[in-house]
Amino acid sequence: MKAKYLIGLLLILGALAYLIFGGLGQNLVYFLTPSEYLQDQARYQNRPVRLGGLVKEGTVRYDKDQLELRFILTDGVAEVPVVHKGTPPGMFKEGQGVVVEGRFGEGVFQGTNLLVKHSEAYQAPKAGWTPEEVRKLIEEAK
Amino acid sequence: MLGAVEVKMLKAAQPDRPDALTWVFLGLGLLLLPVGLYLALAAPPDVNQGYLARIMYLHVPGAWLGYLAFFVTFLYSLLYLFRQDPRYDRVALASAEIGLVFMGLALVTGMLWARPTWGVYWTWEPRLTTTAILFAVYVGYFLLRGAIEDPELRRKAAAAVGILGFINVPISYLSVKWWRSLHQTQSIDLTTGKIHMDPAMLQALLFNLFVFTLLYLGFVRFRSLLAAIEDRQEEA
Repeated sequence: MKAKYLIGLLLILGALAYLIFGGLGQNLVYFLTPSEYLQDQARYQNRPVRLGGLVKEGTVRYDKDQLELRFILTDGVAEVPVVHKGTPPGMFKEGQGVVVEGRFGEGVFQGTNLLVKHSEAYQAPKAGWTPEEVRKLIEEAK
Repeated sequence: MLGAVEVKMLKAAQPDRPDALTWVFLGLGLLLLPVGLYLALAAPPDVNQGYLARIMYLHVPGAWLGYLAFFVTFLYSLLYLFRQDPRYDRVALASAEIGLVFMGLALVTGMLWARPTWGVYWTWEPRLTTTAILFAVYVGYFLLRGAIEDPELRRKAAAAVGILGFINVPISYLSVKWWRSLHQTQSIDLTTGKIHMDPAMLQALLFNLFVFTLLYLGFVRFRSLLAAIEDRQEEA
């Protein structure tokens, strides 16, 4: 066996073990739904979790000066209020699927990372609604 | 001493130049690459993602060819174990190497696509994690090859990794259906045959897929030939 390849091989095996047992092993479920979270709330107290669901229509409040985003995350059954520091990602909007990383505290879910899920369907915009035309409309409205 | 005819026969059996078909694949692939790029840039933007969706024309062919390449490695690793002919091992090696290049392209373009759409370059969700594992396994495939000096043992060990490593390809492909993930499900779903894509985008994607396949075939044939030349030098 050649030493340098052996070291590389051990590195790869270590990385694989980390990926399988560290990345996936802790929790095979990537995110919890608000229902699952509320059912077993004591278990997830003071522990970082990921919550996934839809941004409830009409609940988004964004404070531009404090860079503080508040909304309600829903799975259609249960709802969890979320507060997140920072600007929302470009594709964040009401009704959108999101995954929030963070922990529960002071009555709200405090997100440290906000991820936006998008659908697998790709459609061309209707005539007159290409990105340039939308930008022009916004600029004209100012 | 070898006669002139025997030398000629040996040369035919052990070519040191790529054959015409290899050049056809490579030439046509490189020639059509700019056409694919033009089609990708001429395709309409997506209603939600705007022009960002165009990363798809690199990301999807990269990932598919990566999967295909690892399947070819799986197939030729099996053939090697059954027939014990080093030629099969060379194709398995070539395909694994090209597969790493294409899968690497899929990972990098995926990260560049994820930042503006999802909000992060990387997250440990099922599709990304299984693909990272897949990539690491085939990096390990080459480290293993480098670590073993006995050619026959090297080929057998590599074939074992080439066969076992492939298990992860269907897992990676179906991860978005099996588990909750951030990555969207397939837009061209091979398990149901459903397509969720504008026809103009689909055309551009399929054309780029075709170009990438030509390049893959050319690269694998070229790399197999290089491996044959390397083997001859190792024996000499």
